[in-house]
Order: sequence, then C-alpha cells, then structure tokens
Amino acid sequence: MKLDSLTDAVGEWLRGTGPESDIVMSSRVRLARNVAQYPFVSRMSEQDRAEAERFLRERIAAAPVGSQLEYIDVGRLEEIDRQLLVERQLISREHADAQGARGVAIDGLEQVSLMINEEDHLRIQCMHSGLDLRGAWEQIKVVDDQIGRVVPYAFHPRWGYLTACPTNVGTGIRVSVMLHLPALVITRQIDKVFRSLHKISLAVRGLYGEGSQAMGDFYQISNQTTLGKTEEELVEQVGDVVPVLIDYERRAREFLVRETQQNVHDQVSRAYGILRTAQTITAEETMQLLSRVRMGVLLGLIGDVKIADINSLLVRTQPAHLQKLRGVELDTKDRNIERARYLRRHFEGGTSPASPN
Amino acid sequence: MKCQQCDKQAVFHITELETGEVRELHLCEDHARTYLNQSEAAEGDDDEKPAAGGLTGPLTVGQTADELALLDKKACPMCGITFFEFRNQGRLGCPHDYAHFEKELEPLIANIHGATQHTGRKPERAAAEGTAARPEGTEELTSVIGMRRSMQEAIACEDYEKARESRDAIRGIEDRWLCGTGRDAATPKADTPTNET
Repeated sequence: MKLDSLTDAVGEWLRGTGPESDIVMSSRVRLARNVAQYPFVSRMSEQDRAEAERFLRERIAAAPVGSQLEYIDVGRLEEIDRQLLVERQLISREHADAQGARGVAIDGLEQVSLMINEEDHLRIQCMHSGLDLRGAWEQIKVVDDQIGRVVPYAFHPRWGYLTACPTNVGTGIRVSVMLHLPALVITRQIDKVFRSLHKISLAVRGLYGEGSQAMGDFYQISNQTTLGKTEEELVEQVGDVVPVLIDYERRAREFLVRETQQNVHDQVSRAYGILRTAQTITAEETMQLLSRVRMGVLLGLIGDVKIADINSLLVRTQPAHLQKLRGVELDTKDRNIERARYLRRHFEGGTSPASPN
Repeated sequence: MKCQQCDKQAVFHITELETGEVRELHLCEDHARTYLNQSEAAEGDDDEKPAAGGLTGPLTVGQTADELALLDKKACPMCGITFFEFRNQGRLGCPHDYAHFEKELEPLIANIHGATQHTGRKPERAAAEGTAARPEGTEELTSVIGMRRSMQEAIACEDYEKARESRDAIRGIEDRWLCGTGRDAATPKADTPTNET
C-alpha cells in the first residue's frame, strides 16, 4: 500500500455516512489476542519479537482475509508515516512509538486493521462509519475466526483469551463509539453525562483513545470490563447507551436553537469566519472550530458546507496529513501557517457569496 | 473524573485491596504522590518493600510485609517474571502467568471485572491430520517458552545432550499445535471435554 494514497482518501471513520452520523462518527470493535508459544510483548527478546511478527504475518496472509489486506512494516516507517497511520486511527500512538519488529495489515476500505506486536501480539480492529456496532462485530468475528484457525491464540478455560494486561483478559474486546457532542459541552451537561456513564462501568476517552484529551467535542465511549460477559452482551452494553446519548445531544441542540438562537448562530459564524480567514492556526484550535462549524451545518445555520468536507478537514489538518499533502516536512510554526492556508484555500472553493478572500 | 481531594483532573486510579474490602481512589498527580509516599512510609523501612509503582501501586491482599516480600520474589517458570515486576509494570510476562499467579491475580481481576469466569467465545481448534484433537486451553503450547529457556541454558553450559532433549520436546509440541495451515484446520473440533493441566 502506498501510504501517500491514504492522504487522498478519507478513510472509514470520517466518511460521515451511516446511521445517526450527525452525532455518531464511527463504531469500532477491537479484539486483543496473543500467540500461546511466545512471551507477551513487553517480555520478548528482540529475536522473539521478530519471530512472532513473522509467524503472525505469514499466517494472516494465508487466511482467507489475508488476500484483502496490505501489510505495512511499521518498524521501518519514517516517523511522519507512523504519525499518519495514527491520525487515521489505523494504529495506536503506542504502536507508532514502540521499538522493534511490528507491523499492521489494513484492508483497502480502512475498515479492518490488524496490529502486530502492540501491547498484545495481535490487536484486530474493525471500524464502521456511523452507528453500526453490530456490523463491526459481525465483520470482526469472521476475521477473528479465520485467524484463530491458523494461529493458536493463548486461551485458558477459566480466564478466556489471555492478554498482557489483566484489564483486557477474557473476551479481549473493546467496543467503542466516537460521538460528536458539542451541544452537551456548550450547555455544560457533559460532565453529568460522563459521571452516569462511569457508574454503569463505561469509559470515556478522547479522540485518540487512552490518555488522549477530548479535542473538538469528540468523545469515545467504550466498555471497561472484558470478563464475565459474552462479546454480544458487551456490544449491547455500549450499543444500549448510544441512543440515550444521541437523544440528550439532540435535545441540547434543540434547546440551543430555541433558547439561544442568536448566540449559537453567532458562535458558529465566528468559528467559520476564523477558519476562512486565519493566517496561522494550531491543530487544536482548528479541531475546536471545525467542531462548532459541524454543529452549525447540522443545525442549518451554515448552508454552504458539506459534513463530509468538515470530516475530511478534521483529519487533513492534522500534522502528518498536512505535511504529506504539502510534500515537505514543516516545523510547528510553519505547520500552523500551512494549516491556515489549506483551510482558506478549501473554503474559497466553496460557494459562499460572502467569501472574504 | 475529578481528583477526590481537589478540583484537578484525576490521573491516578488506585485500587486498594484490603481484607474483605475494596477501596477505589481517584487522584490528581500531586495528591497521588502524597498518598503513595504515605503508604510507602507506613510499610516501614523494610529493604524488601516494593517501590510504589504506577497503577498497580501498593497492592495489599491482607498479607504481612514478609508474605508480600516472598510473593514478590515468586517467579514464573516459563518467562521468569516476578510478581514484583508485574506489580511495577502492570503487564504480565507470558500466558502461563495466569496459571502461575492465579491466586494472586484472582482478587485483582475480580476487582477490575466483577467476575472470575470467562463466558464468551472460545477458539475453534481442529486437529491436524493424524493427530489428537487439541485442547481448548493452550498451557501445553505455552510450556515451550520455558523449554526454550532451558535449551539455551543447556547450550550455554555445553550440555548438548540436554539441549537436544529440549529441542526434540519443543518440536513435538510445536508439531502438534502449529502444523495446521488453515486448509486442514477448517473443520471445528468435536465438542469434547477438555483435559486442562
């Protein structure tokens, strides 16, 4: 796979289609698996790592799903290319920053990714646009079965699939949805929502998973426990709460339009104005402003922008994408200038008669 | 989540296990440091006492300091990790740790998941042509991790007889487990009870 071709496509999670895609950006299921005959990754010698990487790579290639996958040797990538894969949510930041033999197999639609030698020997991920946890689960089950027939997954009758960290043991499943909740943030109800999610043992994380900050009102909701319930029950546990959150966010959006129409219109227009005219802008500010514009479009307050465009800007204005698109490496200061230029150029192409450029 | 002692974001989530009691703490960096220093001081100046380490921090399952020190030295015969190392890193060393440290891990896992028995999917295992059906559990295959270590040790001591024995034992197990290529392993195994070691 030519990594450069990735920058031209948008990728599954930002396609902006699928059920409830005004609020649910993407649905994701991942499975943690280990190969029984090797120590866990943090305890591997360099030789173990290389052997396990080759073992998994070859066996995955031989599985039926293998023919649809492209293998990338992450250990040999430049830092910027690793960063690009992180920004597209195809590998984790930990996987990008790790040392030694490791890789990722990705399908052409960027729905399926299999990370080799992350925290566990194998992390299978399946991501669908919009709210489609069931679809993602059905797809990952097939991939897991196919690989499970040729790879002896470490398994114990009592503890289930054995993982490097006991927090993942059992099913090894993490079911998550990425939600865009700007109205709950503006109306300051978001903390209350999160507290009630914690009570039913669901975790809330930022855009890029564990330890990452919530940027631009995007949040990941996922299950916290992996043992004692079946995979289906855990998919349902997350799936059941999503309609409730969608309803809260919709009501908050309606409230904003009804009670503070002028105010919210002013806010999204200002956000739009900055994006179209700024001369230098950070990734964080861009994300925040794009989030507000996204809400403005969905509320009918901004007419000439497409949701798919906003989604694509969310990823293309991030550091590695920006540099790949420009074709040169840039330092932070120059990236901020290039980012502002990219945004201006993008919105100039729009049909807004009031375009200031 | 906010720190339980102040308004800052909680970044340390500590679970204390005391006899019959589970206590959860959510603290910011500053308060976590104060807390961890306190509990370290409370354990006295025992040289064997573990450093307060990250999320798995001070784990007390109702043991005395001596028992804890002993437990910390208990090492997995396969990968060699000690419980002390696991407590510091929060990551286990190999699949066998779940069997070797089962007693110690059980309260920890019960606390994380509220359960101690897997009820989800199981791997479909099929016997390769001409061999017996493989069990559900993979303890046997994981034992090659330890065999590889003893083979290397034997080579280092120039005990080639022993090294050859280990090598043959490893080959036997790997042949039984790894020869399926997908084509001959396509049929799910019969629903037989497993004989787990």
